[in-house]
Amino acid sequence: MYTQGLDQSGRGDSAKSGGESKEQLDAFQARIDAEEKIEAKDWMPEAYRRTLIRQISQHAHSEIIGMQPEGNWLTRAPSLKRKAILLAKIQDEAGHGLYLYGAAETLGVSRDQMVADLLSGKAKYSSIFNYPTLTWADIGAIGWLVDGAAIMNQIPLCRCSYGPYSRAMIRVCKEESFHQRQGFEIMLTLCRGTEEQKAMAQDALNRFWWPSLMMFGPNDSASKHSAQSMAWKIKRFSNDELRQKFIDVTVPQADFLGLTIPDDKLRQNEETGHYEHSEIDWQEFFEVISGNGPCNKERMAKRRKAHDDGAWVREAARAHAAKKADASAAA
Amino acid sequence: MTDKNVLAAYATRLGDNALIIGQRMIELVAAGPELEEELANANFALDYIGQARMFFSYAGECEGAGRSEDDFAFLRPEHEYQNLLLVEQPNGHFGDAIVRQVLFDSWYLALLEVLTRCSDEGISDIAARACKEVRYHLRHSSQWLVRLGDGTDESHARVQQSLNDLWKFTGEMFVPDDLDDEMRSAFNGPHLEVLETQWRADVAAIVAEATLDLPDDQWMASGGKQGRHTEHFGFLLAEMQIMQRTFPGATW
Ligand SMILES: [Fe+2]
Ligand SMILES: [Fe+2]
Repeated sequence: MYTQGLDQSGRGDSAKSGGESKEQLDAFQARIDAEEKIEAKDWMPEAYRRTLIRQISQHAHSEIIGMQPEGNWLTRAPSLKRKAILLAKIQDEAGHGLYLYGAAETLGVSRDQMVADLLSGKAKYSSIFNYPTLTWADIGAIGWLVDGAAIMNQIPLCRCSYGPYSRAMIRVCKEESFHQRQGFEIMLTLCRGTEEQKAMAQDALNRFWWPSLMMFGPNDSASKHSAQSMAWKIKRFSNDELRQKFIDVTVPQADFLGLTIPDDKLRQNEETGHYEHSEIDWQEFFEVISGNGPCNKERMAKRRKAHDDGAWVREAARAHAAKKADASAAA
Repeated sequence: MTDKNVLAAYATRLGDNALIIGQRMIELVAAGPELEEELANANFALDYIGQARMFFSYAGECEGAGRSEDDFAFLRPEHEYQNLLLVEQPNGHFGDAIVRQVLFDSWYLALLEVLTRCSDEGISDIAARACKEVRYHLRHSSQWLVRLGDGTDESHARVQQSLNDLWKFTGEMFVPDDLDDEMRSAFNGPHLEVLETQWRADVAAIVAEATLDLPDDQWMASGGKQGRHTEHFGFLLAEMQIMQRTFPGATW
């Protein structure tokens, strides 16, 4: 899941021109305009390649880091059925990470390099995963809201101009919509349960509502790379358009659950049919993006520890493979 | 014990092993040495949780007292869990977890294979499904044992130590108690002494391929089947049971 703000947080690696001729660029744009898919071996502007590498790798990192807040409740899941469903979801997210790293590799960057950029802090991941999961209801809220927001972002990416990314997204989106339904179902069960369970569900919504809206990235007026990404058909809708769609779909779901969206200015505009809402706390968003969220340090520390603890294992696997290759060459 | 009681108790014991090893593997989520291994670990843990659910549901059915899979998994006191001590041991490093898997799965697979031919259809059906999964897990963890044993000096030393440390938990796998005897006489269940011969040969072959040494015969820990666990187990249960204990009777 989770491509939020991914087209805007690059630092220093933003679209640099690769010295292409105007004819090349025009011919490329003509292919895009004709809705042709660009494939790995096709010519593409350097800036297009870089934008995609940044976006796809950040998307992959988000899948991987996203395993942590949910993994936090695996050992404590309240029933065997919920434990199995959550485990299957987290396994799906690892699989999404794997296809996305694969899609990014088609653009000429290695998985090792992408992982190194994540671990060094150079590459970003979705800010939502820097929030803690404090109760079981947070697992419901994440499936409902976070996977829900991810789907809003990703459905248009299924038509992305870059073939390998669009195909990966088609596969990923099917699974994300399962996750969204399962999350909603957790919320529904809680809301039909005891007072304590319902309070737990409301509290989870209170904490995850605003961070979920932030997943769509800054307002259009503040979004740096959007125009070029739209022209290249990497992006099809603006951040604010997608956020509005998400709100419009989600508010009636909250009503159905009997939960209150934590925004006292939220109201439906009778003319447009859209929900109007309070301003998002962008200060919080930029703090979280720049490393000051509630769990940024823990998430990165856990990822680095897993990587470091695994070093001897990966080295042993390489050494064994090399010995076997030598033996079969000698035979 | 009546035949139904034997089946209920035996299915519970099988469910305990699957649940507890699954719970330990779940602790490893997001801590794997590489992404492919992350997927394999989650996938295998999911298989064990699925097996636990089938065994507990069947235990509840045989018992006939209305207990659900979750009642078995979450609402028993520590001394009623009858899993092997091996599966409750903390994960340690990747090599420790791999050795635990190899030692357990080579026993569990041999046991399940016999159970596919037992005279109770409930148990034999679940065993047949579980066999396919566990055979695949064993192949995977054996391949890792070989990579680690043969890989570098460091990995060889580490995984040899894991094998030495965990060996003492293998003895109780082959010591039959009354329930094993009843399962054998009433339902053509496993003969544990025969199983031991097969297990030793299987493990010796994997260990040799991994260029490791089989540990010497030594003092063996026991007690899992009698519900006497190691100190680690209480913490595992406390974490696993917390929601069911905190919110009695709630639906999730
Ligand atoms: Fe995902
Ligand atoms: Fe998801």
